Order: sequence, then structure tokens, then C-alpha cells
Amino acid sequence: MTKIIKTVGVCGAGGTMGAGIALVAARAGFATVCFDRSGDTLEKAAKQSIGFLDKSVERGKLDATKRDGIVASMVRTTKLEGLADCDLVIEAVFEDLSIKRELLGQLDAVCAEDAIFASNTSTLSITEIASGSKRPERVVGMHFCLPAQLMKLIEMSPGILTSEEVFGAAWQWTETCGQTPVKTQDKPGFILNALLVPFNNDAIRAVEAGVAEPADIDRAIKVGLGYKMGPLELIDLIGLDTQVRLCEAFYPITLDPRAATPPLLRRMVAAGLLGRKSGRGFFAYEGNTMFGA
Amino acid sequence: MRYAFIKAGPSRSFSDDDAFFRNRSDPAGAEIDIYTGARFKADPTKAAILIELQDECLGEHVDDQAPQNANVLGFARYRNGRDEPSNLVEIVRHSGTKIAAVQAVRELFSAAGLEVVVCSDHVGRIINRLVIPKYNAALRFLDEGLASQADMDLTCKLGLGYPDGPIERVVRGGLANHYSTSKALFEAFGLPSFAPPRRATAAFRRDEM
Ligand SMILES: NC(=O)c1ccc[n+]([C@@H]2O[C@H](COP(=O)([O-])OP(=O)(O)OC[C@H]3O[C@@H](n4cnc5c(N)ncnc54)[C@H](O)[C@@H]3O)[C@@H](O)[C@H]2O)c1
Repeated sequence: MTKIIKTVGVCGAGGTMGAGIALVAARAGFATVCFDRSGDTLEKAAKQSIGFLDKSVERGKLDATKRDGIVASMVRTTKLEGLADCDLVIEAVFEDLSIKRELLGQLDAVCAEDAIFASNTSTLSITEIASGSKRPERVVGMHFCLPAQLMKLIEMSPGILTSEEVFGAAWQWTETCGQTPVKTQDKPGFILNALLVPFNNDAIRAVEAGVAEPADIDRAIKVGLGYKMGPLELIDLIGLDTQVRLCEAFYPITLDPRAATPPLLRRMVAAGLLGRKSGRGFFAYEGNTMFGA
Repeated sequence: MRYAFIKAGPSRSFSDDDAFFRNRSDPAGAEIDIYTGARFKADPTKAAILIELQDECLGEHVDDQAPQNANVLGFARYRNGRDEPSNLVEIVRHSGTKIAAVQAVRELFSAAGLEVVVCSDHVGRIINRLVIPKYNAALRFLDEGLASQADMDLTCKLGLGYPDGPIERVVRGGLANHYSTSKALFEAFGLPSFAPPRRATAAFRRDEM
């Protein structure tokens, strides 16, 4: 029988993704337990979420009563036990296999036997994460996009042992939330990052090979292909250090040369050129303005 | 700026009914000569000489060490297989191309409402060098069962904001065309990521039969 989901827990709800995922759940009418080991980040995230909902009200996309209902349906806790009544627990904690495996082991002890555990991992294997639980058949991949509260896409991946019933119930839940799920195998980077990370690296290598100036590479991609952002502008937004971390996650598993960290990227990170957040990456920024493109 | 076409065969960038082609002038008074298919002749008196490129590099047409070729550039309007040409012109400068010639060509295409990017002389220029490995990976993922074609395309549209997905794009442009471009890049770079993928190779061979 398909599991009925009423209460949703989000682990790492003080983080970038967790906060957005909690909003998705609460907005769809689910009682939502926001769990994070850091109370401070949880409080900060709650303020930001209320700010986001207030903006939605200002823009006429949400009425004030509904906003109050959403806020009331979100509870915060720094205690794992707070997740005891959750039918679905989505983890969005640090991208670290041992942390995620350990968390699942702890959830086994706290949550009901038929609870569903979902992982928002971007680069790790769902099957490997699920091995941290004694109920791997109840673990599923549920990869939201940033910012989760705005992006509709979710990559859904069953691990080797995930039961069809669990996958189906999790899939149905994403649809109830108004999201658009797509099914992918449990492979490094699923679809999105498997295509994007090497593509972005290729753009960096083209700069390094002197093919063209960064501004011309981005303009070519935007005008020629109709992309909203050029790859180098996107890397500046993601952060060059994050791109290195993504390469370091993918290359050892895939051994795909395109996924290996480009030498120029490493040099730029060493020089402190991290992209928008440091004011300079492939382009220079002042406030929100971009120079050099 | 007046420009003339020296045409020997169809152009992938400008068809005969394209406004840019129709607005050409007589070769005698032109400041820029545009060669499409015809064998090029050096003429240092011109502001620039343009050679339309397919998948090859400019070096196959001109000796970049020869001083009389300092006003020569390559160009191609980016086009996905049999799709209509995009608004983007990739201009190729060789190691000896003078800035003034690049500037003249920039002005020429910009005045015609086209967007211009400049790149050095590499097979695949900017776009094909970047998209062919990505499309090849997508086609391989499809063969390996990572996801359905529809889900892969939808993921790119919803997750990355692309106007179309990689597979629908390659199929629309023609898998056999994709094979030819991949093959040219694979021969130039020797990297597996450029190797024509199974589906494109099969389509090409089917067309040949
Ligand atoms: N940032 C992105 O663009 C993005 C996109 C899609 C998926 N993801 C994935 O989402 C996950 C989270 O990424 P993020 O960018 O939101 O990270 P983040 O660092 O912003 O947030 C992680 C949160 O998890 C909390 N946390 C860490 N360990 C915990 C534990 N054991 N128990 C409870 N809370 C814990 C931290 O306090 C922090 O608030 C990762 O798996 C990442 O790969 C990230």
C-alpha cells in the first residue's frame, strides 16, 4: 500500500537547500519539521523563509492567511527526536558520505519502520548513502535544484535496493507539492550535474587554451544556443571553489577526463578568485554589476 | 562598408535570399571580400577578406605566416545541423591577423544586426568545441539507460533554463550532421569526448545505405 505522507522532516533545514525544501513541503500543506544541528542557522533560515513568503504576499502570489498557515506549519528543532512522527524525512546535510550514512543510522532509531528517507545529494550514490540505514529499501534520491523554493525540477533516483512502493510514494509526494520529478538512475551527478560539471570545465579549458576571451565564450553560448547564462558567468555564480569540489567529487568516481579539475581553475582558486562572492572570477564584479563581459 | 560575395556553392551562413547576401555590392568596389566555397586570393588592399568555414580551421586555407594574409579571417554563422542559422557569427583570427581587419569585420556584421564573437583558429571554434562533448555525453547516457530522452531534455530545460534539451536539439539538427561535426573534432583533438556517439554514427551509416 502506498505510504500516506502527512508530516515531513527536513534535516539540514538551516542550510541553503534544506531551508528551500522545507518551504516547498510547508507550502504544499504538510506539517514540516525543520531539523538542523545548528540552532543559529535554523533561526536565520526561518527569518529568511518568512521574508521570502512576505515577498510572495507583496507580489500578490500568496495571500496573507495562507502565509500565516505555512509559517505555523513549520516547527524547528535541533533534536533528532523531533523527527519521530515524520512520514518522510528529506536530508540536505553536508555533502559527505559518512555524515549522511551516520544520519540515516540515527534516523532508523527515531523514525517509524515505514518512514521514507530521501537524500538531496548532488554527487554521492543513493545506494551508498542508503547503506547507512538498516532499511535501504526505504531510501530514495530526491535531488532538488537551487533555489528549491522556486525551481520545479526534482531528479528522483532509486538506489539498488529501493522498493518500488517507496519510490512511487516519494514521486507522488513531489507531484503533490507541485514539483516536476524526472527519473534517473543512481549514477554520479544524475542528469543535471553529469552534463553541467564537465561542460563548465570545458569552458574553463577553452579559456586556458586561448580559444577566446571569457566574454566571447559566454556570448557565443548565450546567443548561439539561447542559454540564459554563459558557462563562465555561471561558474562565477556557483563559486570557483565549489566547482573544484564538484570536480573532486566526480573525477575519482567517473575517471572522465572532462570532470577533472582544470589547472586554470585551481590556479584561480589559489589566487582567491572565487567568482561573485570574492568580487572576481572570470569576470569582475562590483556590487551586483558585472564588468568585463 | 561595401562587401562582395565570391561564391562557389551554397553558403551555410547566408542563403541567396538572406538580406545580408542580397545587400552585397559588386566585387570591384568592395572593401571586404567574402569567400564561400571559392578558392581565396590574397589581396592586401582590402579592409578584410573573409573565408567561410565549415568544420575545418582557417589554417587549411591560409598560411598565417605570410604577410599578405594579415587581413584574412575565417567566419561561420553558428548553426545546429539543419536548423536555421543563428544570429551569432564566430569570427576566426589567425596568429597574424591585424586588429584593423578584425575591427572592420566586427563592424560589418554588427551593422547587419548580427552578434559577433572572435576566436583563435581552432577546429570547432567556440560553440561546437563546447557543445559536441556535451551532446555526445547525453546520447551515451541515453544508450546506457540513465534516463529517458524526454526526462533528459526536460531536466536541462527546467534545471538549467535551456530553450531546448540536448537530445531533441541533436535530433532536430540531424544525427548524421552531428556525426560529421563530431568526427571532424575527434580527428582534430583525438579526445574520446569528441568521438561520434553510436546513435549519430548509426544515423550517418543509414543515410549512406
Ligand atoms: N547548494 C546547492 O546548489 C545544492 C543543490 C542541490 C543539492 N545540494 C545538496 O544539498 C545538500 C546540502 O547542501 P547545501 O548547499 O544546502 O549545504 P549547507 O552547508 O548550506 O547546509 C547544510 C546544513 O546541514 C546542517 N548539518 C550538517 N550536518 C548535519 C547533521 N548531521 N544533522 C543535522 N544538520 C546537519 C548544517 O548545520 C547546515 O545548516 C548537499 O547534499 C548538497 O550536495 C546542494
